[in-house]
Amino acid sequence: MAAKTNSERHKESGVAKAPTGINGLDEITGGGLPRNRATLVCGGPGCGKTLLSMEFIIRGITDSDESGAFISFDESRQDLAENVQSLGFDIEAMTESKQLNIITIPFPPQVAGEIGSYDLGGLIATIAHGIDSVGARRVVIDGIDAIFSFFGNESTIRRELKKLIDWLKEKKVSALLTCERGEGRMLVTRHGIEEYISDCVILLDQRIVDQVSVRRLKIMKYRGSLHGSNEYPFLVTKKGISIFPVTSTMLDYTVSKERVSTGIEDLDAMLSGKGYFKGSSILVSGTAGSGKSSVAAHFAASVCRDNKKCVYFAFEEPAAQIIRNMNSIGLDLSPYADSGLLKFHARRPTEYGAEMHLLTILDTINDFKPEAVIFDPISNLTDVAIVADVKAMFTRILNHLKNHGITSLSTNLIHGAGDPMATEIGISSVMDTWILLKITEWEERKKRSIDIVKSRGMAHADRVHGFTISDKGIVFNV
Amino acid sequence: MGNTAKMMYDLRLYIFGRTDKAESAVRSLERICSKYLENSCTFEVIDLAESPERAQLDCILATPTLIRRQPTPESRIIGDLSRTADVLAFLDIDPKK
Repeated sequence: MAAKTNSERHKESGVAKAPTGINGLDEITGGGLPRNRATLVCGGPGCGKTLLSMEFIIRGITDSDESGAFISFDESRQDLAENVQSLGFDIEAMTESKQLNIITIPFPPQVAGEIGSYDLGGLIATIAHGIDSVGARRVVIDGIDAIFSFFGNESTIRRELKKLIDWLKEKKVSALLTCERGEGRMLVTRHGIEEYISDCVILLDQRIVDQVSVRRLKIMKYRGSLHGSNEYPFLVTKKGISIFPVTSTMLDYTVSKERVSTGIEDLDAMLSGKGYFKGSSILVSGTAGSGKSSVAAHFAASVCRDNKKCVYFAFEEPAAQIIRNMNSIGLDLSPYADSGLLKFHARRPTEYGAEMHLLTILDTINDFKPEAVIFDPISNLTDVAIVADVKAMFTRILNHLKNHGITSLSTNLIHGAGDPMATEIGISSVMDTWILLKITEWEERKKRSIDIVKSRGMAHADRVHGFTISDKGIVFNV
Repeated sequence: MGNTAKMMYDLRLYIFGRTDKAESAVRSLERICSKYLENSCTFEVIDLAESPERAQLDCILATPTLIRRQPTPESRIIGDLSRTADVLAFLDIDPKK
């Protein structure tokens, strides 16, 4: 039922890969970093390269049972251990059981002179010892460009670095080297060392957009393997790095024939008697007060009644208010919230900035693994970013959900004056089912109506139905 | 500066494998010790290919590395020691003495 992953699509590439276990990275790289080759991860200070390289080693141990050596020029063992401990990994236990070896190479004492030619035999000895002590299949050298500052002769060091890379290949370890980003647009690294790493180069970037820090990852080169050429935004979460993959734009997910109830019997009837397609995307639009959140809440309740999980992303109202409002129409969501089946995630988009916000959404979904997701309302997302960006990212989220068979219901506020058929971010085309709610005042009474504008793949009612919302919930007029 | 022949020299040469360059550095050092330092020189050759743990312990990145431990202050140079005059200068040995 799940779509083909990037790994499966790229198996033909013939390059053996070492899975990183980092959220989203194996998807983008089609399986991980090149096995027994060198990868260069390059970026400015604080961009996440040490964290990424640490995760490569740690998850190599936990997920792939491959021992690893982490060789650092930059951080002390203490700092490293603390950073990774905060991710929830037990460094001491792994070191004790000889799966992990952390080595710090300090700044060497000043050399009084260079007499004749030299090589980096001491460095290789340390790396070799580090690898051999634990039988490492993976090695990280964090801050490799530090060696340029230890010695005066740049061309000697370049030559020696090339020898080091060749030596690592022969040692049959999957190596990850990190280095600082160079100034200017031409060089990736300050010393042009990306030339010597022939197999894979990854660039990390961090910039401020709309006063929010935004991080991006880009695969500059991956020899022998297809890779996306995009910049992928990512987050540093308490579980490590989380990358927003782009597979979700591929339209190759399998469509389910299974149905899920809308939670409103009469609405199920309008949808060929059975409700929404599982894993489909539903849009509920209407003006203020037309009942969108009520339709959404009915669906959430139905999912939870079935003992399945649902995430309710609320962009306007706090959870307590939503629960209270729904109580007044006879829908009690609190037992589901208490039991953990219903998870509320209430944040105004302005709190983070759209990109961070959308990444956090994806992270929450990946973590919680719900059957259904509600976005109420998506119209708020355009408050903080330009419409085109929001639409692009939101479309990816929707596709991601479809790929995983997760049903989504989004509400959208229509402003009274405009064309009711137009949505703020033009998202209706990617939705499978579109429900339009109307509310008009007529002789001092509210007249509500529901119209199914479209619902792909099923016969649906083409009449507009009137309904009421009372303390018995949404009830259609006879 | 004083009579260098009477001062005890304690030298350490780190190499990585017995390559031609390494052998030539060892020979250069042997020559210097016998010609200029007579019996007041001890030197130790540490092959990091055999004792790799010493590289991290003693902060050795480049090879060959020659460390002068005595007379103090401790100091070090890197390279195959192919220029004898420079090695002597490093060791504060006046060849004319």
